[in-house]
Amino acid sequence: MESLVYIALFSPLVGSLFAAMFGMSPKKQITGIVTSILLFISFLASVNLLMYVWENGPIHVKLMDWIVAGDMYIPFGFNVDQVTAVMMTVVTTVSTVVHIYSNGYMEHDKGFNRFFSYLSAFVFSMMVLVMSDNFLGLFIGWEGVGVCSWLLIGFWYHKEDVTRDVNPSISPAWAANEAFIMNRIADLGMLVGIFLIYWNVGSLQYDEVFKAVPSMSHGLLVAIGIFLFIGAMGKSAQFPLHTWLADAMEGPTPVSALIHAATMVTAGVYLVIRANPLYSEIPEVSYFIALVGTFVAIFAASMALVNRDLKRIIAYSTLSQLGYMFAAAGLGAYWVALFHLAAHAFFKALLFLGAGNVMHAMHDELDIFKMGGLKKVMRWTYIYMGVASLALCGIWPLAGFFSKDTILEVAFNEHTYIIWFVLWLTAGMTAFYSFRLVFLTFWSDERYKKYGFHPHEVQNYVLWAMLPLGILAIIFGWFKEDFVEFVIKLLPAYEMSEHTEHMVTTLTVLTMFIALGGIWVAFKMYSERLVRKEKVENSRIYKILSNQYYIPVFYERAISKPYAELSDIAWKEVDMQVVDATVDGIAHIIEDSGEASVQVQSGNLSDYLNWMAIGVILLTILAAIAAL
Amino acid sequence: MIGLGHYLILASILFAIGLVGVIRRKNLLMLFFATEIMLNAANVAFAAISSYHNDLTGQMFAFFIVAVAASEVAVGLGLLILLYKKYGSLDLDDYTMLKG
Repeated sequence: MESLVYIALFSPLVGSLFAAMFGMSPKKQITGIVTSILLFISFLASVNLLMYVWENGPIHVKLMDWIVAGDMYIPFGFNVDQVTAVMMTVVTTVSTVVHIYSNGYMEHDKGFNRFFSYLSAFVFSMMVLVMSDNFLGLFIGWEGVGVCSWLLIGFWYHKEDVTRDVNPSISPAWAANEAFIMNRIADLGMLVGIFLIYWNVGSLQYDEVFKAVPSMSHGLLVAIGIFLFIGAMGKSAQFPLHTWLADAMEGPTPVSALIHAATMVTAGVYLVIRANPLYSEIPEVSYFIALVGTFVAIFAASMALVNRDLKRIIAYSTLSQLGYMFAAAGLGAYWVALFHLAAHAFFKALLFLGAGNVMHAMHDELDIFKMGGLKKVMRWTYIYMGVASLALCGIWPLAGFFSKDTILEVAFNEHTYIIWFVLWLTAGMTAFYSFRLVFLTFWSDERYKKYGFHPHEVQNYVLWAMLPLGILAIIFGWFKEDFVEFVIKLLPAYEMSEHTEHMVTTLTVLTMFIALGGIWVAFKMYSERLVRKEKVENSRIYKILSNQYYIPVFYERAISKPYAELSDIAWKEVDMQVVDATVDGIAHIIEDSGEASVQVQSGNLSDYLNWMAIGVILLTILAAIAAL
Repeated sequence: MIGLGHYLILASILFAIGLVGVIRRKNLLMLFFATEIMLNAANVAFAAISSYHNDLTGQMFAFFIVAVAASEVAVGLGLLILLYKKYGSLDLDDYTMLKG
């Protein structure tokens, strides 16, 4: 079994290194094929491990000692337990599909080999992140996915800045840096949390840390919980560190599907789930997490309502669904969060890949106001995206129904009716914007003709590659019972109270009602043709929403600009005037004294002998003084 | 009675004469002489102290110095002859090739 762990972990790395060998050369189809096959092997190993863990319980392997210094002992160990097995399977499933998909999507790209190298490196980092048995290994994976995300968002770094209404200058390079810097802020919090743990426990192994949790003081636990959550907020793009996720859509679409929907952004949720023994000790922090999640859910959904950018709408929906996951985790229903994480990974990746097909067909056009009627030419993409959207809305019997409905039940069960209500309302908004997207893209009048597009369906094998995700988006929810049985061996079981059990049918009907209501409103408004109402679009609320609550502008004005000015002052005033002046001054003094004393070197040997005699006499006097 | 002190004073005077010669003289040959005087000043001191302590090491050392001085003079004079043949002068003020 140990070898399976290593196969699952290292085959993406091997693929990445293989593709990296051809990084600089023109497109070689072999890199795409090899990395996809290796990913598939990793997927098979992960599924095998899942089966094994199901039968026999967790596996723990130690690759080697990593840091041994004094009392500090950190091994490079990997732990495959129920949560990890689920994460591994989800990650490798989506990764395999995305790799095969990318073979088609990146077909004409100059950086074909480079792309696959980055993509596989990302999967490797993600595997390290979920498989590590200690916080430091998790952090290494955490940073690894951050770097790969940066590389992949900025994959088309040579693209010029495009003027947008909202972000004055947004280019892939800019977006990549934004994502990286935002994550850096959060990672500092995470690092402080890890330091606090090491300081007080003396170990970073999960099992030892969680064993020590009950004996630690409450204040300390709160501090650790908050700092770790700050890290999670950055990676999972929670408010106020959320702006990078929408901008990250500048990257190639397979990247958006894999990293910014299915896997990396859920790392924060994974962290909270992993640290559940810690968070269940500190209910106030958990409640705060739930509140942040709930707020982000409705906040992101509201921005998605009016956005015109195909990918950004899906990005906001990802944000919103991450909010759902945090709400569930914060309310103590860790397995529900994990369940929604897995379900969301499948249907959201599918949605993004569908969006990629549309972009491909529309020559990278993203404005859904310029599309419409595409279902005639892109029947399969339409079906995939329709299924994914239905799953996202939580329509029975698709995957999203089971996971999202459970989250709402949890919120109800905890008597946090405000959270329940907000999440319920968000479900309606989700349905509306998802189907606004679907109707504007695939139904209504064929606006693209006016702009001279000639859309066409993508390659067949790409469509086939998406099939597993399509099937999973439909059937995944049916395995809820098995899933629960499996993961509650590790995670706390969450039992609904009898009162909630009583209300389940009503709650489900209510949720279905608002979801279908959202779809119906979208149908009424957009299915026939796009009618743009001046009055609505000029209204203040519409403006606020389409400008993302002016938060990017606010960050630009309140943080970036002052920071740039401060840097300018630090450069011109502090660095040039103080630091450089000091260093230069020392150099000048030495140079001047050298110029002055060069006269000693007259070249006359007699003078030198005089100096030597003086030196000897001085040394003799010194020796005499010392002897006395 | 001539004691150790007298010998050491003689050695110091000889050394001082040699040192002044090294500092003041401009002719390279004279410099050589001055160096020899300094070496012999040391020899006198060695021999005197050796005799005073009844220890032969000092006198042995003096012999070494005599031998080294002899070879040094042999090599040094040879160099001086070459130098004179090349530049036609043994005046130190004419040799300023080391000027910085």
